[in-house]
Amino acid sequence: MSKYTLKINGSSHEVEAASDTPLLWILRDHLNLVGTKYGCGMGLCGACTVHLNGEAVRSCQLPVSTLGARAITTVEGLDPQGASAVQQAWDEVDVPQCGYCQSGQMMSATSLLAKTPNPSDAEIDSAMAGNLCRCGTYTRIRAAVHLAAEKSAAHA
Amino acid sequence: MLPMKTETAPTLSFSRRGFIKISGLAYSGLSLGLMLPGRAAAEANPAFPAPGAEEFAPNFHLRISRNGAVSIVSQNPECGQGVKTALPMLIAEELEVEWKSVKVVQAGFDQRYNRQVAGGSGATPAVFIPFRTLGATARTMLVTAAAQTWGVPASECFAQANAVYHRSSGRSIGYGKLVSVASTLPVPDESDVTLKDPADFKILGTRISGVDNPDLLSGKPLFGIDQTLPGMAHATYVACPSFGGKVKSANLDSVKSMPGVTDAFVIEGAEALDELVSGVAILGVDTWSVFKAAKALYVDWDIPASVKAQSTDGFYAQAETISAGEPQKNERSDGDVDQAIANAANSLDAYYTYPYASHANLEPQNCTAHVTADRAEIWAPTQLPSSGRDLIADHCGIPKENVFIHMTRIGGGFGRRLINDWMVQAAVISQRAGRPVKMTWSREEDMQHDMYRAAGWHRLRGAVDARGNLVAWQDHFVTLGVQNDTKPGRGAGMSSDEFPCRFIPNFKLDSSIINTDVPLGWWRAPGSCSIAFVTQSFLDELADAAQVDPLEFKLNVLGETAHPGAGKNDPEYHGGRMSAVVARAAKMIGWGQKLPRGEGLGVAFHFSHRGYVAIATHVVVTKSGSLTVKRATSAVDVGSTIMNVSGAENQVQGSIVDALSTAMGLEITIAGGAVQQSNFHDYPLLRMSTTPEIEVEFLTTDFPPTGLGEPAFPPMAPAVANAVFAATGKRMRSMPFNKHDLSWS
Repeated sequence: MSKYTLKINGSSHEVEAASDTPLLWILRDHLNLVGTKYGCGMGLCGACTVHLNGEAVRSCQLPVSTLGARAITTVEGLDPQGASAVQQAWDEVDVPQCGYCQSGQMMSATSLLAKTPNPSDAEIDSAMAGNLCRCGTYTRIRAAVHLAAEKSAAHA
Repeated sequence: MLPMKTETAPTLSFSRRGFIKISGLAYSGLSLGLMLPGRAAAEANPAFPAPGAEEFAPNFHLRISRNGAVSIVSQNPECGQGVKTALPMLIAEELEVEWKSVKVVQAGFDQRYNRQVAGGSGATPAVFIPFRTLGATARTMLVTAAAQTWGVPASECFAQANAVYHRSSGRSIGYGKLVSVASTLPVPDESDVTLKDPADFKILGTRISGVDNPDLLSGKPLFGIDQTLPGMAHATYVACPSFGGKVKSANLDSVKSMPGVTDAFVIEGAEALDELVSGVAILGVDTWSVFKAAKALYVDWDIPASVKAQSTDGFYAQAETISAGEPQKNERSDGDVDQAIANAANSLDAYYTYPYASHANLEPQNCTAHVTADRAEIWAPTQLPSSGRDLIADHCGIPKENVFIHMTRIGGGFGRRLINDWMVQAAVISQRAGRPVKMTWSREEDMQHDMYRAAGWHRLRGAVDARGNLVAWQDHFVTLGVQNDTKPGRGAGMSSDEFPCRFIPNFKLDSSIINTDVPLGWWRAPGSCSIAFVTQSFLDELADAAQVDPLEFKLNVLGETAHPGAGKNDPEYHGGRMSAVVARAAKMIGWGQKLPRGEGLGVAFHFSHRGYVAIATHVVVTKSGSLTVKRATSAVDVGSTIMNVSGAENQVQGSIVDALSTAMGLEITIAGGAVQQSNFHDYPLLRMSTTPEIEVEFLTTDFPPTGLGEPAFPPMAPAVANAVFAATGKRMRSMPFNKHDLSWS
């Protein structure tokens, strides 16, 4: 067990855990930031997606010892009111069914829109390829990404 | 202080006899007047969402506070089917409140609620009238309260937007200000309550976003796996990979010495494959520690030789032989199939198969439990809390009335969580460890200890006459039993009046069973989810044999007649309702258009859960055999009212994706009595890039509304298979489709 200081959603957090503990379980079990979900533990489903210095990454594949001072953002840190363009679009399109995968979906979408503000369907499919939705809300996710792009453009 | 509810207060304490009597009644009788909710009820059950002391609470489903706040209790498990939004809409509609003023509260398990289950697409038909009656009754009481306050006849008053109005004077009074008076009124009889004319619906029939969306989209702890308790240990469970194997010994000392691990012990378990199975519990400081320890765990398992010998290769070989021989049982026989085939212009034989499938809920099985010697408090993502309660009471030696279950949001149900084997594991671990635990299965444990969708095998014969009419159909269905050679396992049976029974003169259904130790469970649209692939594909084959356009052939078989069910509780199958959705789905896809080679249209339909659904698809198959579904169009008739249009469309869209995902690539195989797949690399769910464009239309008809969680699933796979035949001339008679060579030149 070792101590680590992590920068998560703009605050500093100290945790004590085994060095190979993935960020996913640091977030969920040590810091009670449970919006980030466990689905597969192999980087196959995307439910655990967070941002590391703004890049979408699978937190189940990131040992705590490798994180250093890099900035981590989780779904809880997307927006203080939970009302980022992506979150609003997800609600307006009424994307979720069970909703379990959706924080990971939104983290991937947010990262895509930061780099590609007005993505095509093909760009969306490519950026979202790592995120599974067992309920099959893909058509709505695609629509919500487009809507979030419009919302961001309107506020830009 | 509010006046006592003198009419009803005595019933707050209830005898066991009274309890049984009440729990057998319909919602309206149960909830209105016989026994009103109160704080006493909450003290008896911590999972019961109690009304506030000064709230108007005329039944178990709604509360209005003095500041006008409206709470509606959702009693059913929410697993993505949308009940937590749609069913409260029924109450809100009749209560005459604005939807934005409503807060929906999730109930825990409480026997005073009827039917707390997510299954059988059954909630809508069960509560469509009763829930509206709950809202209308409260509205009637509020109108009476206002009339009394003003000293005018109630007939001169009406309710609208959280207030009661006096027609002639234009006076109004908000619901909150009526709470005191309304709480003193007797609950009226159902016969004195008038439901709204559907033409006046303001909430039902609109698009309402999910009530949990704000919490869901900001990462709040809604799911079972998100629960935490003070002093809680994290735990996981390792059961024998081969079904029914028992722990002989395990390297517990070595596991316990691993960092972060606080305890590990063997749970002996019982014989049943779907209750408490033998295994090893590992407890620790976080989930990672216990998952790591589970990988380092070595168990010497006692596996029966008969289980070790079981494999899907073996089952397929057995089925091929059995299906060609004498059946165990005749399920139904109409007319004379042999004679009809002998006399027919054309006849066909075909053999169809489909594999085991895993539910693969994205939230792995998990449960949080705090269990002592005589009391259990549980937080569970369960579709059927009552059976979890019974299992826990049984295996922990606790009276049923001391088992309390909080129903969390469920990260995917699909039928898996109707079986609560994982719930009892968490309870037993907590009781043994003497502390609260959250038990989480690894993905691998989840995929290898499912209650699987049954594989099945169908040997078919069919015939058409010279005019192209379907005249005969015979199916020898070989299915699976679980430690039983006469009864199909869960979801592995086939209705004796399955289509095209009742629509043709000569029909025969036979069945045989292969006995196995592989546990089975209900899947989304159990039975239908796989059988529709067989019936709708073979129907398409017979259209081809008759040289009739498949759409015309299917409409001809369906006709317009409503055929009664076999038993008095079995639903009728209305040919006209199905014909209408088939014609509509086909029109939406552009049936009849000329397409290049390698592209094709297909259509299929299926009746399940009293819902009529047809799906048409447009597929593209490249010369090298790569299959893409470009578009899927669906027409759906589930009766007179679509409660929440957004939620309903979502169910159909999701069913289409789910069915395509399953048909294209999903297969569970068994070797040595154990499942060979373990995670999403070898159980490849569909991803966004292969999702077709999807269009959904609802055809509203003058029939009672029915559920939509399941009936849109079954027609998708055959709609694709039929389109692939149109595109390539290749007939796929087995799933998954990605194992077929579809190349053409």
